[in-house]
Amino acid sequence: MINGADTAWLLTASLLVLMMTLPALGFFYAGLVQAKNILSILFQCFAIAALVSLLWFAFVYSEAFSGTGAWIGDLQAAFLQNLPRDAVHPGTSVPESVFVMFQMTFAIITPALIIGAYAERIKFGAVLLFSALWLVVVYAPVCHWVWGGGYFAAHGVMDFAGGIVVHLTAGLSAIVAASLLGPRHGFPRTIQPPHAPWMVMVGAAFLWVGWFGFNAGSALKAGADAGMTMLATHLAAAAATCVWVAVEWIKYGKPSLVGAVTGTVAGLATITPASGFVGPLGAVALGVAGGLVCYGAVWVVKRGMRVDDALDVLGVHGVGGALGSLLVPFAAGLGVGGVALSRSVWEQFAVQGEAVIAVGVWSVAASFAIIATVKAAVGWRIGHEAEIQGLDFSCHGESGYHTNS
Amino acid sequence: MKLVIAIIQPHRLDAVRDGLLAIGNEGMTVSEVRGYGRQKGHKEVYRGAEYTIAFIPKLKLEVAVPDERLEAVVEAIRKAAHTGKIGDGKIFVVDLEAALRVRTGERDNDAL
Repeated sequence: MINGADTAWLLTASLLVLMMTLPALGFFYAGLVQAKNILSILFQCFAIAALVSLLWFAFVYSEAFSGTGAWIGDLQAAFLQNLPRDAVHPGTSVPESVFVMFQMTFAIITPALIIGAYAERIKFGAVLLFSALWLVVVYAPVCHWVWGGGYFAAHGVMDFAGGIVVHLTAGLSAIVAASLLGPRHGFPRTIQPPHAPWMVMVGAAFLWVGWFGFNAGSALKAGADAGMTMLATHLAAAAATCVWVAVEWIKYGKPSLVGAVTGTVAGLATITPASGFVGPLGAVALGVAGGLVCYGAVWVVKRGMRVDDALDVLGVHGVGGALGSLLVPFAAGLGVGGVALSRSVWEQFAVQGEAVIAVGVWSVAASFAIIATVKAAVGWRIGHEAEIQGLDFSCHGESGYHTNS
Repeated sequence: MKLVIAIIQPHRLDAVRDGLLAIGNEGMTVSEVRGYGRQKGHKEVYRGAEYTIAFIPKLKLEVAVPDERLEAVVEAIRKAAHTGKIGDGKIFVVDLEAALRVRTGERDNDAL
């Protein structure tokens, strides 16, 4: 039976999650790059949204959500051929069409997150081919394992809105892409600072709001679960923001806007897998943990590993997603408002750890293979001259700013 | 005739303009420029990474003056642009060979 309230909420949540890519993530990333590359980032987000949508329709939705296989779905729902107007998604009270749409917006933002790693130096064709292959080989299978009734779903893994499916997969694939691409010209000594920090804030603000659709929408119904999820999501974002500001203030003597909004996104990524399972106190605790750990992780990737993950996809998203996923069993029992576990805390932790490790290994291994394929097929990195000139003009024949006109 | 070229702190522009108006000097051209002198650049920190901003934003003023008004103009700019901190800028004076007002065709001192 289709429920009107549930359907209305999921329709709304789909809009919010699509807004996270168009334009939120675009602004968040575009403000961080140099002025000569702003359009390349915005265009990559836009292009991925369109390309993923068609692949989702063609067979990737089916690969993720159709059938009962442990490792991969079947092709029964390819081209959405068995989608009558009034079909109800199994186990919910929302139309199948709305579920397809809602999950499509997740499939769009996940490969778009990886843009941050290869920003300012990749071929546009490579972005398209990489995103398409990555969707088919990494995202859809992992989505099936965790949410589509596959192996980890059967083992009772707790990933409410995509700490593992979205943020861990994107973060680890991002670091592989960044290291195989090599650093941007001048990294780390003479690299240019973000060209528009205000734009980063605008993007993060839209992400913060959009994330309510991402997390509270994942309840798949309007009600108490969605309500507590939204509250938990918001509190974690606020806590992580405060932590990041405090750390920068102590360390550098000045708190920065870019730092504050990075903390917000780290908190949101951390709460994502736990958002539907914790109460307010657990959410704040996860936000604090996310702020601290992601701050350290960004530092380690840049200074320790010396990999030019240009916009910190691993440090913010990958680490936040993994941390939240591992802490779910502990955070659920903090204060009131959380859910009861179906097993002991440590048993659940073992399940979470197994899923994080398996998905992590698969994301890294598959990314190596995908990138080798992309390199052979269409090339990977743009030439030195094109990089210096900027991707906006060298790849797209446009300029982001005509300040004298 | 002389051309006075002054590199000043952007926030001193209004004071310099008022100072020049006060001594009866009309007209100047302003450009946004970047550069460094003894001040060197400065550092900015984003997400824990330090970025060196080597070229600092400044304004470049160009004022063409008759010889007899040169000292007054230079002094007016100096006084108005001065804060006493490193980075206040520099004033250069060069000879100006000719001047011409496009609208009327007047030349040299009449065109200033």
